[in-house]
Amino acid sequence: MLGGVEDFLGYMRAGSLWPATFGLACCAIEMMATGTPRFDIARLGSEVFRGSPRQADIMLVAGRVSNKMAPILRQVYDQMAEPKWVIAMGVCSSSGGMFNNYAIVQGVDHVVPVDIYLPGCPPRPEMLLNALIELQEQIRDTPLGANRKRIAAAAEAAALEATPTSDMKGLLR
Amino acid sequence: MSPQTFTTHPTGAFSADEDAPEYTAYGQDWSEISEEAKRLGQQRIVVNMGPQHPSTHGVLRVMLEIEGETVTEARAGIGFLHTGIEKNMEFRTWTQGVTFCTRMDYVQSMFQEVVYCLGVEKLLGITDEIPERANVLRVLMMELTRVGSHLVAIGTGGNEMGATTVMTAAFIAREDTFRIIEMITGLRTNNAYIRPGGVAQDSPEGTTDYIRSLIPEMRHRLDQLADLQLENPIFKLRLKGVANLNLASAMSLGVTGPMLRSAGLPYDMRKTNPYCGYETYDFQVPTSTDEDAYSRVVLRMEECYESLKIVEQCCDRLDAMEGQPVMVADKKIAWPAQLALGPDGQGNSLDHIRHIMGESMEALIHHFKLVTEGFPVPAGQVYQQVESPKGVLGVHLVSDGGTKPWRAHFRDPGFNHLQALSILCQGGQVADVVVAIATMDFVLGGVDR
Amino acid sequence: MSDDALDKSPVETSPKEAGLDDTSHDLASATPDAEGRAPLTLINVREGMFSGAGDTSGFAGLTQAVRMPGRSERPYGEWFDGFVDILEELLGDDAEQALEFIVVDRGELTLYVNRDYLVAVMTHLRDDQDLRFEFCLGVSGVHYPDETGRELHAVYPMHSITHNRHVRIEVAVSTDDAHIPSVTGVYPANNWHERETWDFFGIIFDGHPSLARIEMPDDWVGHPQRKDYPLGGIPVEYKGATIPSPDTRRQYR
Repeated sequence: MLGGVEDFLGYMRAGSLWPATFGLACCAIEMMATGTPRFDIARLGSEVFRGSPRQADIMLVAGRVSNKMAPILRQVYDQMAEPKWVIAMGVCSSSGGMFNNYAIVQGVDHVVPVDIYLPGCPPRPEMLLNALIELQEQIRDTPLGANRKRIAAAAEAAALEATPTSDMKGLLR
Repeated sequence: MSPQTFTTHPTGAFSADEDAPEYTAYGQDWSEISEEAKRLGQQRIVVNMGPQHPSTHGVLRVMLEIEGETVTEARAGIGFLHTGIEKNMEFRTWTQGVTFCTRMDYVQSMFQEVVYCLGVEKLLGITDEIPERANVLRVLMMELTRVGSHLVAIGTGGNEMGATTVMTAAFIAREDTFRIIEMITGLRTNNAYIRPGGVAQDSPEGTTDYIRSLIPEMRHRLDQLADLQLENPIFKLRLKGVANLNLASAMSLGVTGPMLRSAGLPYDMRKTNPYCGYETYDFQVPTSTDEDAYSRVVLRMEECYESLKIVEQCCDRLDAMEGQPVMVADKKIAWPAQLALGPDGQGNSLDHIRHIMGESMEALIHHFKLVTEGFPVPAGQVYQQVESPKGVLGVHLVSDGGTKPWRAHFRDPGFNHLQALSILCQGGQVADVVVAIATMDFVLGGVDR
Repeated sequence: MSDDALDKSPVETSPKEAGLDDTSHDLASATPDAEGRAPLTLINVREGMFSGAGDTSGFAGLTQAVRMPGRSERPYGEWFDGFVDILEELLGDDAEQALEFIVVDRGELTLYVNRDYLVAVMTHLRDDQDLRFEFCLGVSGVHYPDETGRELHAVYPMHSITHNRHVRIEVAVSTDDAHIPSVTGVYPANNWHERETWDFFGIIFDGHPSLARIEMPDDWVGHPQRKDYPLGGIPVEYKGATIPSPDTRRQYR
């Protein structure tokens, strides 16, 4: 019964994800290019890029987030209504990218929870479409209710038992 | 909604009226606030066009004090995209600096590369030794990027005014330039193609034919854009007579590029201080005397056509110069690696690897030292300017005799243009602020660096 | 360079110990540059081959002083002589004091101006019909920590449309007294540029209408583009191995 509801809600949610405009730098230009006819993000459901975060489902953080911009990023994320997802587009938002310095936040996951990390400098529009499709698949398979609690507890237990990255020795693969 | 006070903004953007009640709006309460303000007879409102905004061309904060529909004060707050690129360049070699400076103004990335490389070559003293084919490729890249940049300006301008089709049409035209750039450099944008000494690699076979096949299509799309916009009565109403900047103001504020040319001064670096062989190309510099936003859009479209003319001339020259080198002959400076298209994409050319590993020890040493340490540049400082689509882009390079810049400072045209925002907007209407920002055509990446 | 510098063990040697005088204009101990001019400003003293820990290359004892190209003597060449003549004439008695020295290098003229006469020089550059430098292309700060007493330089590139010329005005101040008069009264375009130079270098422009931080957040402490300000990166970690940030890791000098 819950499975049926999950499928239905997942299908509906993944069907039309409207992005909030959070284009910052070079990735924003590629994000705009993804919205144009050659790559056309609208055929995947992202018909419009909403200016107001209140009406948006996903936040495509496209570009480098500076320390001055980080509070605004958090505020826009908070203003979005549930359910919401975040795609960190480009290496600068995933991990600080090539700018390992005083001005840039080394990964937006310091500020907002990220669902999909999309590397690239900038990622091609096709890569952004791939990330969006990946996210849609994740949304379709989202567990709900009791399933969600169970899976969340299992994930937390696994994370607590796992080796921290700094203790992983040996092969750098 | 009771009046609340908030701390005065450090830049002092608010009026110094101590008794005026201050409201903070968080959304969906605008009608209440305006009712209250009207009741109290307060007409002056401060609106924050915040960093996250679909119409501000990037992360720009505009603090507007409006009285009704009229803007009484407009202040721009920048720095939200400050990346510390200039300081980062001090810790990378001169060639690696190209990959950093290319990301400043990401819409016209080639121009940053060119101005930086021309500056480095001036410091090295090898400006005359750059092969001609490299110069032609540089001009080709620059003109294609110029078309791309103007199309972004025109497209996003139209989008911000509500005409989304203008944006899709402009970006589709831009895709053609990207196809050509990708064919030659391997990437659509942020290419790091232009290196000190020449360009990274030669154009593959069939490039000129491909370009020639795409040019009529690009012209057709530019015509389409012109048809869509220029005679449209709404477009004219929104742009004519808006965001005026006369010649005296433009010159005192250091405004250059299409904004200066729309005020009547035909000043183009490509004609006055030519570089990369621009004096040998046949092109016009469109100028207008109308000083308003409409004339700037027209100028940018005209410049796109002129750039396509230059691209055609480049193709003819490339055909004539088939097989010539694209890097300077001095092996102590020339970038050693070659790239080639392999089964899994673009990577190191196997011929080059065979040469350095099997055939020549000197080539291996040169490759290693040039890539890891870089070439040393004699001490001194230099200033180099190019005509970018936005205006005069300058770089001030200081070398301490080492393999890394001591200081690299870029003078971005958008920085000066954004300073003029107050002059363009004050006294006008709120809707004209969007038009002014769109036709000023700055990019926050270049402004903030 | 004296011999004791080379005999010393590879530890940090100060410029004085290395036989190099660190006052900016002692030209006696420095070797002439390529054009036979006595070199100028001490930019940097490089010790060893690598920065960072553990220089095992054997070049660790190497000490090299880096200096900028020297001050030029007349004739300067091209149009520079006429330009300097006109400027000296306009400045009159102040010319000696105002124009500290002149460097002609790589086809460009750099005028080192005393900060007290900066506004006067700028006004003449803008107003005189034979000079007519309409554009001041901003202020660029440069920090030379080894040039004691004159660490912070403010560089003003000037461009004349009428005569199609380019010149550079440079003002040097010490970190302890980093005040330069603002030229926004002469060239309003410099407003934001001066704010940016204050933000990144800490040079205070007296007379600027609103000298506030422009790029960094308003409550930032420090001036990021100075040489003693760290790049601020974090070590990048991958499965137990870390790579330090660019300014702290070992790199070629």
